[in-house]
Amino acid sequence: MDGPAIATSGLTMRFNGFTAVDGVDLNIEKGELFGLLGPNGAGKSTIIKMLTTMLRPSAGGAAVWGFDIGRERDAVRNSIGVVFQDPSVDSQLSGRENLDFHGRMYGMDRKTREARVAEVLELVDLTEKANVLMEDYSGGMQRRLEIARGLMHHPHVLFLDEPTLGLDAQTRRYIWRYILKMNQEEGVTVVLTTHYMEEADHLCERVAIIDQGKIVALDTPENLKDLIGADIVTLEVDDGISEEAVEAFSKFDGVEEVEVVEAVDQSGSILNLSVDRGEARIPEIVLGACRVGVKIRSVSMHEPTLEDVFLKFTGKKIREAESAGAGRMAAVQSRMRTRRH
Amino acid sequence: MPKVNVYAIYSLWLREMIRFFRLKSRVFGSLAPPFFFLAFLGFGFRSAAMPAIPEGVDYISFLAPGIIGMTLLFSSTFGGLSMLWDREFGFLREIMVAPVSRLSIVIGRTAGGVTTAVMQGLIILVPGMVMGLEISGLGGFLLSLVFMVLIATTFNSLGLAFASRMKDMSGFSLIMNFMVFPLFLLSGALFPISNLPTWLRSLSYLDPLTYGVDGLRGSLVGVSAFPLALDLAILAACCAGALGLGAYLFEKSDVE
Repeated sequence: MDGPAIATSGLTMRFNGFTAVDGVDLNIEKGELFGLLGPNGAGKSTIIKMLTTMLRPSAGGAAVWGFDIGRERDAVRNSIGVVFQDPSVDSQLSGRENLDFHGRMYGMDRKTREARVAEVLELVDLTEKANVLMEDYSGGMQRRLEIARGLMHHPHVLFLDEPTLGLDAQTRRYIWRYILKMNQEEGVTVVLTTHYMEEADHLCERVAIIDQGKIVALDTPENLKDLIGADIVTLEVDDGISEEAVEAFSKFDGVEEVEVVEAVDQSGSILNLSVDRGEARIPEIVLGACRVGVKIRSVSMHEPTLEDVFLKFTGKKIREAESAGAGRMAAVQSRMRTRRH
Repeated sequence: MPKVNVYAIYSLWLREMIRFFRLKSRVFGSLAPPFFFLAFLGFGFRSAAMPAIPEGVDYISFLAPGIIGMTLLFSSTFGGLSMLWDREFGFLREIMVAPVSRLSIVIGRTAGGVTTAVMQGLIILVPGMVMGLEISGLGGFLLSLVFMVLIATTFNSLGLAFASRMKDMSGFSLIMNFMVFPLFLLSGALFPISNLPTWLRSLSYLDPLTYGVDGLRGSLVGVSAFPLALDLAILAACCAGALGLGAYLFEKSDVE
């Protein structure tokens, strides 16, 4: 097939007047490991559901491996594998039986199936658990089997909807390894959704940041982080902080942006300074803070993360975006921003 | 005309078979009510004179085909409704995202549900025979198999139709108690429907299971209220209607 693995144009989904996905234009190349990053409810899963023919778009369209998602549904379905966000195995069947069922549904004959079952089980290190019933699998093992199942019929594109949701850190690392391995070994194009920044950063060649149904940024994780450029220096200070102090901080050499976050315990404040070459500026900042009478409790610095990128493009942190509407976090974190010109 | 994918149908059927033989405790559990009905009603009314039972037929021979009908009714309706479980536990998405027409999915599921229901009907036949049911002959037995398949297909499809219209499992017990139980009691499985008052009897005539039970009685024991050909024709028509309805509503249903 020529052209990109996935091409969408104006892809839109409305539910009773609410626009979940709003005119998404996206090209995903063959062999790419592509991430859709955004808070829960941003529309990532809805995009996946449309691309996997589970939902029909309200407007716009898309081609997956060259097939139209509206008119050539079976051809699309033959080209893709899907690992759903929620479990979708038959818990009364063994791992092997689940894979066998899948293989038959995709028209694979016994010989092909047996060879492939062995291959995909090997890929996710479940060969020894093949004959164990799914109900006796752990959550992580179940997820691995679902990944194996998604690959069973040699799909061109594999969709992973929140592949590590609810898994512990160690299991998450394993799943990451399997995803990278299959992308490299099987050459399969991978599209995954996640609301874990470090997951998108670690795995994806390109990331689309999604907020309220729209793509707000799309690039490699490195390029996205370069947009922030500067390092983030975080100061924890006693008491509240005055407008004048913020103004003073923003005038320091190398400081590009100042953000004030009230500490959760209300007894102090947290300042995030975007600073070019932060490690060299910390002494100056600390001295400067003393001059304007701000008492510093602690200083830390980090290089830009996708979290910072998300913040830059949407004006909110990803966790905040998730609880938007609940209003709980919004009360805890109020923000004043000044920008140095 | 949607494509029918034989391999996928086989896959869905095989899944039901594996589950049937694996979940033995559930199978025994679902066979317990019909078995107790058969045993206690059979022994309890053994020597009672039930009006309208044909001369020379004892109550157990009358009752056993009815209880087989009951077994088929309950297990096949349950089989159709089990799509609710697949939806609840996410497996339905795995089925729906495969490149398989919904018609194939309906056929595969129904074939599996019907096979398990008929197997349970045959299991109940055994204690019936131990208690004194005498089968009229091989021809009658084979004909009864046809009736069993038709009964199971009818109610499996109705179960699927209901499951396609339901969002969650809350309606399940409603259907079991207010649809399946009345269908069972009206069908004449336990007593001749001619003993019912006229207004109630007319409801029995609307119950597909009435013709199923009568057909089972006719083929296994050799006595029936209606001509066997009429039983067969009406039941086959109900079966076709239910199958169409189930397939149509499943086609229209949402995956999510």
